[in-house]
Amino acid sequence: MFDLSPAEWTAVELSLRVSIVATLVALPFGIAIGWLLARKDFWGKIVVDGIVYLPLVLPPVVTGYLLLILFGRRGPIGAFLADYLGIVFSFRWTGAALSCGIMGFPLMVRPIRLAFEAIDRRLEDAAATLGAGGFWVFLTITLPLALPGIIAGAMMCFARALGEFGATITFVSNIPGETQTISAAIYTLLQVPGGEALAGRLVLVAIVLALAALIVSEWFGRRAGMRLQGE
Amino acid sequence: MLAVDVEKQLGAFALAARFTASGGVTALFGPSGAGKTTIANMIAGLVTPERGSIAVDNSMLFDAATGIDVPPHRRRIGYVFQEGRLFPHLSVRKNLDYGRRMNGHAYDAKKFARIVQLLDIGHLLDRRPRALSGGERQRIAVGRALLMRPRLLLLDEPLASLDSARKHEILPYLVRLRDEAQMPMIYVSHDAGELRQIATNVVRLDAGHVAATGGIELLD
Repeated sequence: MFDLSPAEWTAVELSLRVSIVATLVALPFGIAIGWLLARKDFWGKIVVDGIVYLPLVLPPVVTGYLLLILFGRRGPIGAFLADYLGIVFSFRWTGAALSCGIMGFPLMVRPIRLAFEAIDRRLEDAAATLGAGGFWVFLTITLPLALPGIIAGAMMCFARALGEFGATITFVSNIPGETQTISAAIYTLLQVPGGEALAGRLVLVAIVLALAALIVSEWFGRRAGMRLQGE
Repeated sequence: MLAVDVEKQLGAFALAARFTASGGVTALFGPSGAGKTTIANMIAGLVTPERGSIAVDNSMLFDAATGIDVPPHRRRIGYVFQEGRLFPHLSVRKNLDYGRRMNGHAYDAKKFARIVQLLDIGHLLDRRPRALSGGERQRIAVGRALLMRPRLLLLDEPLASLDSARKHEILPYLVRLRDEAQMPMIYVSHDAGELRQIATNVVRLDAGHVAATGGIELLD
């Protein structure tokens, strides 16, 4: 398919790996923050709200630079993680996953938050009178009812991660086989005279992947919605 | 045996009600705005009184003086809401079984079958709540509350969302519940005609206070 070179396959495989890991790791945080913002009033909520949406409004280069400062080998968080947990982000694919996850996070939180806000709280009361404590109410009522929003959020994050460029290239550079995703590979090819023809194939792959993500998300969302409406 | 003695200020509305109910079906009767649903929510633990106490069968559910406030999920009070509140993502069977699962009781096929038969809902078990009529939904809601083995069943205007033909379809099931299952019930309603068919005792509420307690003659 597409007759891709091994180097191009590497970029595609890396893009998928980075996006999937970014989405899966971000998901529990997205659900927690979405729930917190939808349900709780606490001191500093506006600040948390702002920080979550910051990557959406900041220039990606700035986000990438901030990640470099914080999570770089000598950054306060990066040094701690490297020394105590052996997790290194700088110039690794894990760093690409981190920046993609952070860039996709606002898009993930928003539908999840809206889904939690839309849930009829009276159903949770009913579950409590039937003997379900807080944790079980969340697990058996709240979470399943929010599922269409959670799927939509995950897919938005995945799609954003797939296309992420600015923050990633700033944070972990553009290393073939390690941090060179499809976007970065296309960018590299376009810098070379006569590279357009080669870039064309990757552009096609990017379009196919984006469309596939949309279709899968639509299908999942519709199934979950139908389940809720009891059809 | 239920003993309620509660007070709460809700804006300009002051609720101060005191009554006991033992066995049979006790009607909480009064015009809308009398505080009936608030009292039901206090018994279930969904609304916290400011002062007073609530006890069922000599176990204290709420006591402001000693700071006892048993959370709703440990009260074992079956609650049938006006709008049913069936879980839309679960089948009828799973809705019915929800209380048993949450309380960690063993599955009791005999009890399940008995209640399914009592309410005549066997043909609905594999459906989703959305595909049910209003009357069917309320029967499932009653079954769901019964199957969690409650000490007491609260029904808050369970027929209010139904037209009169549907009401007459459901009332006989509730009467059967009263006579065959001997389940003590608190039945909230503003409809004297409906209560005449089911109630054994009446607590008449007016503007947040108990105006009278007695038999069904209070409904006239």
